[in-house]
Amino acid sequence: MPGRVITITSGKGGVGKTTTTANLAVCLALLGQRVVAIDADIGLRNLDVVLGLENRVVYDLVDVVEGRCRLRQALIRDKRLSEMYLLPAAQTRDKTAVNPGQMVEICNQLRPDFDYILIDSPAGIEQGFQNAVAGADEVIIVTTPEVSAVRDADRIIGLVEAGEKGPARLIINRIKPDMVRRGDMLDVSDVLEILRIDLLGIIPEDEHIIVSTNKGTPVAHDIGVPAAQAFRNIARRLRGEEVPFMSLGGSDNLFGRLRRLIAPRSDTH
Amino acid sequence: MWDRFTGKKRVTSREVAKQRLQLVLIHDRSDISPVMLEALKADLIAVISEHLEIDQEGIEITLSESRGRSRLLATIPILGRRTRR
Repeated sequence: MPGRVITITSGKGGVGKTTTTANLAVCLALLGQRVVAIDADIGLRNLDVVLGLENRVVYDLVDVVEGRCRLRQALIRDKRLSEMYLLPAAQTRDKTAVNPGQMVEICNQLRPDFDYILIDSPAGIEQGFQNAVAGADEVIIVTTPEVSAVRDADRIIGLVEAGEKGPARLIINRIKPDMVRRGDMLDVSDVLEILRIDLLGIIPEDEHIIVSTNKGTPVAHDIGVPAAQAFRNIARRLRGEEVPFMSLGGSDNLFGRLRRLIAPRSDTH
Repeated sequence: MWDRFTGKKRVTSREVAKQRLQLVLIHDRSDISPVMLEALKADLIAVISEHLEIDQEGIEITLSESRGRSRLLATIPILGRRTRR
């Protein structure tokens, strides 16, 4: 079966696209899948450092497009995993160095050899985004429970629908259960009601992610860490498994509702 | 605490965020620009003023959404009937 091309995008920057791409790539590889992660953020290369592969970059996406190397030569294998590769972005060029047709061509060349081709999109809605979604079979939108991120996600959902990519699915990142319980953060049901889109996963805010990014070892490698569990669940859902969502303090949580009824509300202001 | 007995609810920042988002997205999703809304408002004032005396400062034209459709809501305070010669 030819590989699925999945683009991870968000509109707003800084919501966790690259972290999500890196961890889903690791999780899918841990599930025995052949995975390649493409950094489509030309000029602001980051997926290499998040994956801890920055010292091994020789060729990049633009080198492939401009014929300075073969596609296979530009792929960096992650030695900690059996079948996980990175196609890095160029750091010294900009988004116009590649066009959507060339991205489609690269995806088509990778499809026969991989099960999953994950594309890390740049922020924004301009050419970099258009390049990133051009070859996609599916789109995953990452947001955080904040008004600015949700607003931008809504804009991206509209653009993905217009591009006839099929329904995009949503990952809500950096949920703080304590703040949700206090009524100081949008919960999962709020975001879904507003965006009217299928939920693919929820990820709690987790300091382990910063530690793992510091080290260049995606958190997905650490068994027992909440965020790692969240990413593993998402990878399994991508494989078509039914995996229940984590309980992160939303109103769908019976225990939380009972506790709020009984306990006096803590005044935080 | 007293609010809990009187049944008055503290409005949480979550609820504020949700309402603000819902409102801003109605505008984002529609093709109606603020400039167009202003033009519409001016035309409405002109037409209605022919028949009624209205409080032009108190006019509110807003977009809302219900049952999957955008709706235009106009609230126009009437001061009195225009006496015609």
